[in-house]
Amino acid sequence: MQTQEIIGPMGAAPIAFPPTDPFYARIQHALLTIWRAFTASPRVAVGSAIVSFFILVGLLGPLFMRYDPEATSNLFIAHPSAAHWLGTTVVGQDIFSQLINGTRTSVFWGLGTGLLVTLLSLVVGLVGGYFGGWIDDVLTLLTNVSLVLPALPLAIVLAAYFPRGPLTISLVIVFTNWSWQARVLRAQTLSMRSREFVTAARSCGERAWRIIFFEILPNEIGIVVAGYVSTTVYVVLTWAALEFLGLGDGTIPSWGSILYWAQQAGALGGGLWWWFVPPGACIAILGAGLSLINFGIDEIADPRLRKESSPKKLRKAAA
Amino acid sequence: MRHILRRILFYACAIWVAITLDFFIPRLAPGDPVAALVGKMSIKGYVTPAMQQTLAAEFGLNTHDSLLVQYFRYLGNLLHGNLGNSIQYFPTPVSQIIGQDIGWSIMLGGVAVIISFTLGCLFGIITAWKRSSLLDTILSPAMNFLSAIPYFWLALLSLFIFAYLLNWFPLTGGSYDAINFNPGWSLDYIGSVIQYAFLPALTLVISSLAGWMLTMRNSMITTLSEDYVLMARAKGLSEGRIMFRYAARNAVLPNITGFAIAIGTIVGGQLLTEMVFSYPGIGYALFQAVGEQDYAMVQGVFLIITLAVLGANFMADMLYAFLDPRVRVERSA
Repeated sequence: MQTQEIIGPMGAAPIAFPPTDPFYARIQHALLTIWRAFTASPRVAVGSAIVSFFILVGLLGPLFMRYDPEATSNLFIAHPSAAHWLGTTVVGQDIFSQLINGTRTSVFWGLGTGLLVTLLSLVVGLVGGYFGGWIDDVLTLLTNVSLVLPALPLAIVLAAYFPRGPLTISLVIVFTNWSWQARVLRAQTLSMRSREFVTAARSCGERAWRIIFFEILPNEIGIVVAGYVSTTVYVVLTWAALEFLGLGDGTIPSWGSILYWAQQAGALGGGLWWWFVPPGACIAILGAGLSLINFGIDEIADPRLRKESSPKKLRKAAA
Repeated sequence: MRHILRRILFYACAIWVAITLDFFIPRLAPGDPVAALVGKMSIKGYVTPAMQQTLAAEFGLNTHDSLLVQYFRYLGNLLHGNLGNSIQYFPTPVSQIIGQDIGWSIMLGGVAVIISFTLGCLFGIITAWKRSSLLDTILSPAMNFLSAIPYFWLALLSLFIFAYLLNWFPLTGGSYDAINFNPGWSLDYIGSVIQYAFLPALTLVISSLAGWMLTMRNSMITTLSEDYVLMARAKGLSEGRIMFRYAARNAVLPNITGFAIAIGTIVGGQLLTEMVFSYPGIGYALFQAVGEQDYAMVQGVFLIITLAVLGANFMADMLYAFLDPRVRVERSA
């Protein structure tokens, strides 16, 4: 199977392009492998479609907004209708516009924070695993301590003290969630360290950072991607939860802050389901999309979880 | 023995980190939030001189003591079980409020964890046993979907449907109907407690079921391909005996450790549940404290939750070494 070469964390040959390839050929190759990875299984395809949809809405959505999301009007608490697809709030704001506007913040801060978490865990895991010795001891201790401290309560405490805003939430989430992936990557790097290609690179006189990030990292890209996806699910959920608790900046539109204002206005007791159902549904669908991608990656990486396909399918995959 | 000692040292270190974080976060936060709070409250006339003094002592406002002296005083206070005084219920000590609330949290979380663990393991065993059957193809993805739903939204939805629309459960929150019943061992009181806890517990079970089930299913699939399972089949043992006595018994190991860790999260694991349902546990106390900027309370709750989690993790470590001899042998070798 083609994709196994790209994503399989173990065994498979490292992605090493002949240095003579011109750069556009490399890019073409990379795009092709990415496309194959996305369409590898129906689960991944559906998941990627969902995530891409939200990214598109985040990018282009505000162009299609029919109302200013913050503008109040005299139409209070209107049921969903042709004019207001998702009804209005207690001060007459159009919820559909708010939802689209909030998608941008929620999706991009979520994906970006996931990236930050991954970067931090990558550095800690790879550096610790590669160098060993006291550096590894210190980093492992840090990782393990961070791993046993309860993440959500710590995030709440941190967010309560620092100034409200997306940057605070982002950093708080990075600070409380980097350790799991760091541990996984360290273990993987430990087993990579004594492989021949690392020894070869070392004897060529390559510098440590180059070996770590250009020799070892590409071989762990499967784990890194899987880790990024599962981290992002968690980030999106935690983000919404913190904002729902009022620890975000309520003036910046996002799914979590819509839920916060809905809760503040007593939407639940008043039966205003169109106010708090849609943002939660968006979070749920985005989370499900990311999870689908992740299950797909798991299946590719761990053949035991794969469903046995019929011989016909096998032939098609081999072709 | 050396293994145990190492773990004890590690957890001591983790506790120290938690306590130190708890001490330094309010002092390192930009803009001095505590001073700002006291200033804001003084304008409204909430702050009595006694209160100001307590706050100053707790958070190191207007003192000339160095940070180090303050730190050791804080450690000393903790050793005496003194978590400071709450601001919103001044001058009630934080530890007293936590003591009142923690019982409800443990009851709610405990019941939910036990139900969820039992059902999750059972579902995992059955779906792995009947792999690729109709049940498996429906139940496994359905569970995946359930676990991706943001928990607090699930809670809001169920509150809306079952409490607002259907009126089966109370909408107002609380732990029992305080107007009509008095605490005691009467049937009415217990019924009321169950009525108030049912919906929170249900959402907790639904959201955590998938984790237990999927772990059990994966571990069971691996175990089912072992030779001794094949041997058991060859001997012609009954299905149930192979499923539970041979396969499940070995496959349950990862879940047992998970269970020990989950015991620790019953103190602080249902923060969001309690916040949405206004259930008067430790999570709800934290929610209110955040809203009221009751910093001593926020820190106290965090510390208690952390201690519970660390304790449970330690227990899980020990349990694992006890259940799986390979861990012990490897470490001592």
